[in-house]
Amino acid sequence: MRRRHFLTLTGSTLGGVLVYGFDKKPKVLHPDGKGDAKTVRIPLKFFTEDEAHIAGAAVGRIFPSDETGPGAKEAGVVVFIDRQLASAFGRDRFRYTEPPFEAGIPEQGYQGKETPREVYREGLKLLGAGFDQLSPAEQDARLKSIETTYFFRLLRQNTIEGMFCDPMHGGNAGTIGWQLIGFPGPYMTWADDMTAHYGEAFRPKPKGISEVLGRKITPWEETAS
Amino acid sequence: MKTLPRVDVAIAGGGWSGLLMAKELGARTGLTVAVLERGAPRRPQEYVEGMDELDYAIRLRMMQDASKETVTFRHTSKDKALPMRQFASFLPGDGVGGAGEHWNGSTPRFLPDVFDIHTSTVNRYGAKKLPENHSIQDWGITFNEIEPWYARAEQLLGCSGKAGADRFEGKRSTEFPSPPLKTPYFSSLFAEAVKKLGYSPYPLPSAILSQPYRNPDGIVRAACAYCGFCERFGCMVGAKAQPTNVLLPVISKQKTVSLRTGANVRRIVHKDGKATGVTFIDAKGEEYFQPADLVILSSWTLNNTRLLLLSKAGEPYDPATGKGVLGRNLTHQMTTGGTATLFFDKPLNSFMGSGSTTMVMHDFDGDNFDHTNLDFLRGAQLSSPSYGRRPIANFGAVPPSASVKENWGSEWKKAAVEWFDRTATVTVSAEHVAYKTNYFDLDPTYKDNHGDPLLRMTIDWTDNERNMARFIGTKTAEIGRAMGAREVVPARPLGRYEVNVYKSTHVQGGTIMGASPETSVVNPWLQHWQVENLFVLGASTFPQNASGNPTLTLLAQTLRTADAVVSRYLKKTGRLG
Repeated sequence: MRRRHFLTLTGSTLGGVLVYGFDKKPKVLHPDGKGDAKTVRIPLKFFTEDEAHIAGAAVGRIFPSDETGPGAKEAGVVVFIDRQLASAFGRDRFRYTEPPFEAGIPEQGYQGKETPREVYREGLKLLGAGFDQLSPAEQDARLKSIETTYFFRLLRQNTIEGMFCDPMHGGNAGTIGWQLIGFPGPYMTWADDMTAHYGEAFRPKPKGISEVLGRKITPWEETAS
Repeated sequence: MKTLPRVDVAIAGGGWSGLLMAKELGARTGLTVAVLERGAPRRPQEYVEGMDELDYAIRLRMMQDASKETVTFRHTSKDKALPMRQFASFLPGDGVGGAGEHWNGSTPRFLPDVFDIHTSTVNRYGAKKLPENHSIQDWGITFNEIEPWYARAEQLLGCSGKAGADRFEGKRSTEFPSPPLKTPYFSSLFAEAVKKLGYSPYPLPSAILSQPYRNPDGIVRAACAYCGFCERFGCMVGAKAQPTNVLLPVISKQKTVSLRTGANVRRIVHKDGKATGVTFIDAKGEEYFQPADLVILSSWTLNNTRLLLLSKAGEPYDPATGKGVLGRNLTHQMTTGGTATLFFDKPLNSFMGSGSTTMVMHDFDGDNFDHTNLDFLRGAQLSSPSYGRRPIANFGAVPPSASVKENWGSEWKKAAVEWFDRTATVTVSAEHVAYKTNYFDLDPTYKDNHGDPLLRMTIDWTDNERNMARFIGTKTAEIGRAMGAREVVPARPLGRYEVNVYKSTHVQGGTIMGASPETSVVNPWLQHWQVENLFVLGASTFPQNASGNPTLTLLAQTLRTADAVVSRYLKKTGRLG
């Protein structure tokens, strides 16, 4: 049994947004400490607390919070990745993993033996202990030095997933990723809108599938065995 | 191995073609029919709950489980094949309905000369025009022979479209059952621009309903909601025709037809030119022999070819000698060359749409333009897809003028956010002709979860595809500029075939049809040349890929074969002539 790890996030890190914890209960966090909680302790399913801080800092540089708007930190990307790694995806349940493993050529696709869990465990070591304590410029330099690794490609892909997935997966908290780019999520119909907004922005309020259907939908990472 | 009670007909594979054959036999005969489908049944709520990009479009929840069975791939006979450890280049379906559940619903008829491509090319340009190492051949049927069955298939699905809108279409005996789908903004820009350039745009025919429809079997379906969750998803309202909403409700009332899920057919058993049944393994690992008088193989391109190879039904193709037929003429619709990326000033609202709400043109398709002075054969359909642009798959594109150096970090994020809903593509869907060097056989190294060899694909693009992509790429860029895009990024040159980039789920050939047993696995009625009570359905029977998507054609062929089986074969067994 692994020791229980928690990711402790403060309201100021999160900037006053809706965060879904592992218990699926949304918490509104405010930097001034009003609201449900000043800090939230999210139980981790795969990462150790140190790993979560390093991964959180890295995805925060890949998709930063800046003058353009919120980023990976506010969206809860590290929570999303932790859940994915703990699930079937993390252990390559649906990938063909029979030997022999050979390098092949790029056109033959990824041939690695390592599961995403293993790729992350090793990859985070490349970033080094204390990565989360470095300045943004130092963090960028270190990320740049691993840019060509499979770990970085996976981390970048998972960051985009965590920014723009349905909130039920733990990322895109409060649909902030979708708000950023004007994607409304799964609405039941656009039949009246299809030809009504030629050339002008049509930006309905984003909603996740559970909100649209009015009942909790269970994501695959919780059911796939 | 347990032996089950005999049935008249065993059908291996419960997707479009297998279930359509079952429905026809159930409606027109009293035969007992057992459909064996290796995947799971579908739940009624599955598709509305499945409007989720991550699980369905990225993690591929509806697709074949690659951990159990995949294919291996190499470019040439001299290379070592390695497994596609995850599907990407194409996405085989899984479960009842197969890939027919997650398709985009595009239902063009093939251009008439697709069916006699060898004859018509040689007549117009001479044999010298045929590319090096080609194995292009006629289908053994003509467009006019298949036309009535195209019409029947369109009635079954309720296809949306407009007769006469496509000036390159062949003879058409009936109007479309439903009018065209609505036109999204991006497609409207495309249609306007290409008209100005002198080309002929028209709304792509679609199995997605533009209005409610009742088909000849009494199946009623709703109109499309343009929700944008089509490709890689099942339809939440049933507007997109799927085997589970068009065929299954009929079959479930037919007392003589049964559907068994979790039944993975592993061999077709045959002796002295007669199939005696099939063996399958169920989800618990129990093995069965299902005796049958007639066997229908309808388990998609890859598995049709693999099952015939494993069952030793037909002579495997040998690329060194050119002898043998089973596995030859592997083709894959080429969509990765020639596509132009456009960046617009105005937002496109591209989250709305459906799998086939697009305007399309055939001016540079097939032999609709003169190839005398061109260094390639055939062509492509150009379109303006508005599928519902999903953010995980599409976020990150930035125009060259943004001068972004990295694909991560603040600068990139700013540009990618700004351009997300102002980016679109003029898309290419190109014909892929057959070559002696592109084929299937069994892999000598890698096995599936039951210990059977995986199917091996040997395939690469040739100069014909590269030269075509270059030519078509100048047209898509010209169209992009005429559409008023602020920036147009032309296609990069087409490289080698790669398995890690999605093209389309239109992998074809392997068990091809034709007029002679020397050059085909099944005859023009899709009847196996050597095992006469075995019929093979699906795009594995197409001698070449066409530029258009294959489903309508394979449904038309299935209807034609079902009719021949019922009206002729059952009365007098033997080879259909």
